[in-house]
Amino acid sequence: MAKKVQDTALLDPAVMRPALLAALHKLDPRALVSNPVMFVTEVVAALTTLLFLRNLALGSGAAFLVAQIAAWLWFTVYFANFAEAMAEGRGKARADSLRSTQSETPAKKLASPDTRDVETVSSRSLRTGDIVLVEAGDIVPADGEAIDGVASVDESAITGESAPVIREAGGDRSSVTGGTRVVSDWLKVRVTAKPGESFLDRMIALVEGAKRQKTPNEIALNILLVGMTIIFLLVVVTLEPFVAYSGAFVPVAYLIALLVTLIPTTIGGLLSAIGVAGMDRLVKANVVAKSGRAVEAAGDVDTLLLDKTGTITFGARMADGFYPLPGVREPDLTEASLYASLSDETPEGRSVVELARKLLPRGVEQRASVKQAVAFSAQTRMSGVDLVDGTELRKGATDAVLAWCETGSSKTLTDIVERIAKSGGTPLLVARDRRPLGVIHLKDIVKPGIRERFAELRRMGVRTVMITGDNPLTAAAIAAEAGVDDFLAEATPENKLELIRKEQAEGKLVAMCGDGSNDAPALAQADVGVAMNTGTPAAKEAGNLIDLDSDPTKLIEIVMVGKQLLISRGSLTTFSIANDVAKYFAILPALFVTAYPGLGALNVMGLSSPGSAILSAVIFNALVIIALIPLALKGVKYTPASAAKLLRHNLLIYGLGGLVVPFIGIKAIDLVVSALALA
Amino acid sequence: MASDILQFILYCVLLTALAWPLGLYMASVFNGERTFLTPILAPVEGLFASACGVDGQKCDQHWTRYALSVLAFNAAGWLMLYAVLRLQGVLPWNPQGLPGLSPDLAFNTAVSFVTNTNWQAYGGETTMSYFSQMVGLTVQNFVSAATGIAVGAAVIRGFFGRETRGIGNFWIDLIRSVLYVLLPLSILFGLFLVWQGVPQNLTHYVDVTTLEGAKQTIAQGPAASQIAIKQLGTNGGGFFNANSAVPYENPTPLTNFVEMLAILLIPAAFPFMFGRMVKDMRQGIAIFAAMGILFLAALGLTYGSEIQGNPVYAEMPVDQTAGNMEGKEVRFGVGNSALWASATTAASNGSVNAMHDSFTPLGALAPMLQMQIGEVVFGGVGSGFYGMLLFVVLTVFIAGLMVGRTPEYLGKKIEAREVKLAVITFLVMPLGVLVFGAMAAVIPTALASVQDAGPHGLSEILYAYSSGTGNNGSAFAGFGANTPYHNTMIGIAMLLGRYVFIVPMLAIAGSLAAKKTVPASAGTFPTHSPLFVGLLVAVILIIGGLTFFPALALGPIAEHTAMLAGQTF
Repeated sequence: MAKKVQDTALLDPAVMRPALLAALHKLDPRALVSNPVMFVTEVVAALTTLLFLRNLALGSGAAFLVAQIAAWLWFTVYFANFAEAMAEGRGKARADSLRSTQSETPAKKLASPDTRDVETVSSRSLRTGDIVLVEAGDIVPADGEAIDGVASVDESAITGESAPVIREAGGDRSSVTGGTRVVSDWLKVRVTAKPGESFLDRMIALVEGAKRQKTPNEIALNILLVGMTIIFLLVVVTLEPFVAYSGAFVPVAYLIALLVTLIPTTIGGLLSAIGVAGMDRLVKANVVAKSGRAVEAAGDVDTLLLDKTGTITFGARMADGFYPLPGVREPDLTEASLYASLSDETPEGRSVVELARKLLPRGVEQRASVKQAVAFSAQTRMSGVDLVDGTELRKGATDAVLAWCETGSSKTLTDIVERIAKSGGTPLLVARDRRPLGVIHLKDIVKPGIRERFAELRRMGVRTVMITGDNPLTAAAIAAEAGVDDFLAEATPENKLELIRKEQAEGKLVAMCGDGSNDAPALAQADVGVAMNTGTPAAKEAGNLIDLDSDPTKLIEIVMVGKQLLISRGSLTTFSIANDVAKYFAILPALFVTAYPGLGALNVMGLSSPGSAILSAVIFNALVIIALIPLALKGVKYTPASAAKLLRHNLLIYGLGGLVVPFIGIKAIDLVVSALALA
Repeated sequence: MASDILQFILYCVLLTALAWPLGLYMASVFNGERTFLTPILAPVEGLFASACGVDGQKCDQHWTRYALSVLAFNAAGWLMLYAVLRLQGVLPWNPQGLPGLSPDLAFNTAVSFVTNTNWQAYGGETTMSYFSQMVGLTVQNFVSAATGIAVGAAVIRGFFGRETRGIGNFWIDLIRSVLYVLLPLSILFGLFLVWQGVPQNLTHYVDVTTLEGAKQTIAQGPAASQIAIKQLGTNGGGFFNANSAVPYENPTPLTNFVEMLAILLIPAAFPFMFGRMVKDMRQGIAIFAAMGILFLAALGLTYGSEIQGNPVYAEMPVDQTAGNMEGKEVRFGVGNSALWASATTAASNGSVNAMHDSFTPLGALAPMLQMQIGEVVFGGVGSGFYGMLLFVVLTVFIAGLMVGRTPEYLGKKIEAREVKLAVITFLVMPLGVLVFGAMAAVIPTALASVQDAGPHGLSEILYAYSSGTGNNGSAFAGFGANTPYHNTMIGIAMLLGRYVFIVPMLAIAGSLAAKKTVPASAGTFPTHSPLFVGLLVAVILIIGGLTFFPALALGPIAEHTAMLAGQTF
């Protein structure tokens, strides 16, 4: 799993070989019964096989054709099974690499949180509530919460991120994941997951499709497919009496061929593969879904709540400009700011240095050398340096620096400070030798490209709301710059929850991400709650998706995966149903032409003989499943656009294509079949 | 031919021009708003409402209660009608002394009129007394139509209800349908018919000597009032056996034209009523457009086929310049017969002014197909519209996924429950037409009713069961329907076609009404665009129509190809 960007090739032989075998196992009717369309196909395949044996015994001439129809019906079922096995196989490949990290590990179990008496047990025997000690070099034996200690943990097994992260008791970084490795120090961990129910287990179960439950839309679609199967059963079963009334005879094998080509075998065969592949895509994006339902809901999301920090802006504020007070030259202020920040290792400090260097001629800082750095403290609320030449430089909160200067504010200073605050920035006052020089404008920098991302979401009909602790003024400025549709300023867990409820009352589906324990209620309330893996166990419990990379921007990707899943299903359903038109025109004339020669006029494709027409339709029906497996596994290509545009586009390809393709395909197969004299 | 086309255009324009305002008016009626008739009718409505034990506005019914009310009301109506028909011999207003009906015919007829089908296995003037016509049949003509309108209104409420439990009150909807919609229109229309020469009396049949010296009995009766409601309420049951072909039902070109308008008037008003009620007229117009496209296609096929005439006859000394005139009133000709046939099978009306049995094979195929897709091309009053909504739900579900969201219509999510109910309903037409039809095609007792050989005989069977299941009521003349077997089976088909639509549709409405309405956004599947209209038409033809393609291939299509080869049946 460390190789998170690396993906198995679509038709990787390593996946394909076991899938070929697994598809055979899936022929077991008990396994197939959950897929009614394929179950019906298998039953009639068996029936046709019996017919073939009977014809063979009776020495009937049609035995060869019936044998071919039977064979292709078996292929149809087999191909559908193969599609599912491929999807599961790809998932399994991912799961196996996950599982390798999950092998049994020794755990140092503690009798109580206060002791250090260690009893070594197997990780499998741990139960919820057990307390274990993990020290440098140990593998965390189970998911849990740190209750004591601080440690750096290598979570690359889960996230693929090689830099160790800090885990400590209390606060928002207390959650540890089984399978990760403690690099330094120690932690006492209270186990929160039963064996077999950890994140890794969930992830494995999801991608393997073993515990995969059908999602709501999949259930609804399945009902429709069953209904259509019943309707076509009625059509075909009643055809026999109608044909008998017409004084004609139609071989049962032909009627079976008509049935199988009419029932929605294409989507019926690929439906579960699409579902499994959707989950797989999500896992590939390093997101664990607790249920398939959440993934589907992600496609429906109307409102995205996004935290400002880290999602919309870079976490830290950055210097954006220098505003000197009257009587101070700007380069002078810039230089002072540069020196004052030389020892400041915070991102803000570094950004001041960076900007100043850009504005000043090269080699400026050689003119001074630092005697002593003055670090920022909560009491002084400023930082700075004392230079060797005795100059004292400070920068910090306006009032703190003014207090240091022992002067009051001037009108110009107040104006500058207010203007900066109003634009959403933070003013830092710079002073030299207790004399105010000017103000540094620190600004939240909106991530590049995020504005376009939001515009894209808007085109998809998703509204974005920025959540921030800033005051409304600041929030409005940043919201305007980032191009979000709305914002919630001075956000508290309470008003966040309230906002979600309000949106939901309007019938909207809301997605959000969060990590702190105080996010838990909102995560639970949201329709799609993405918890950060670095978050607290409470947050992870409340969310229905967990992002292992802890990247809040991931929410947008999750929405895309959800939509793609639904689009794949809809497109293939449309394709499958549209296919029926051509199949009618292939098979009906073949069935009826002996009774009513005039009905040969319906043979618009000019298929060479009734037998060939029927065989070609059955072969097309089987091959189209194979042809669409890559599409089912990869998902239908999705470029964000409005629903109207998507509909037009997909309808053109899958609707119109579904009408036209089988006419061409069946005709082509007919040419081959008649050339080889198969029928 | 040019005059026919001109008349078709005039018909469509007038229909739209009349249906639109009627739809808006009906929306006001079923929203409980004030209309220009309220001052006159409100006291009457109040009287009936309190008689039904309904108190004012606070009486919303859950869909189960609504459905139970519908079923109870219709069951009572059926029982009453059955009793009237069986006891006809001892009841008054029976100048001809007609006897009571046989049990199977009474069952079939009672079902037929309660389900708004008006399939007639009997001949009106030789079977029904004036009492049966007026107290039995005409009453059901009103209330079965009112039932359809009421259910239609309730279903529409489900699509705009916001997390409500109820979908309206059946008794109030029923009373309003009759008082505000059917009665005023029927009175106007009835007076118009009387003016045009349709009889409205209770006298004995008249014996006359014709100019050629033959003796003839001319039937009389209160025809105008029943014809008014039979057309407006998409009932279609003729007062006389020859239905609207007979001059006493349809005396002038003007009555012919106005009756055709009346057939589609209320069904065509429903999409506009829907648009107003859901506060988005574009949605109503889109559905109207889809219905219109299918109607024009059917009309085009029927008219095109009829005007070409029958090539087999063309070789005989039979003039085919006016098209295929077999079984048509010379007063009406091909144009008016084709338009009537299209209108009466589009709406589940079933009244006829020509013998569909004598149409060219493809000319008869279009009417048959309109019935088989479930009477959704305008359809019966109310029932056509909720049937169409069913296809809308299906279309939205299939194609809606393609935009990457859970399918939704008017902000209501279409989920497993709705799909399940819709699927149950979609089984009705194949069951009634194909399964019952197939039984009729092999059971010897049933086969005896079929008059003609070959594919035409199959068309007769298919037509009869399509008409019954689709609640249309029109017939292929050659089919001898009045046998215990067909009376029973077509009776069952009519019940399936009515109530296995009504109950699931009300269930869908109830389930949707309880759901939140998702506000529309750029990500919402557009259901008012021309693209959607085309998609809806395609789904109706592929899912509703193709199902019957094999059977139709053996019936009308085989007959057509045989006809081209010079063979008739």
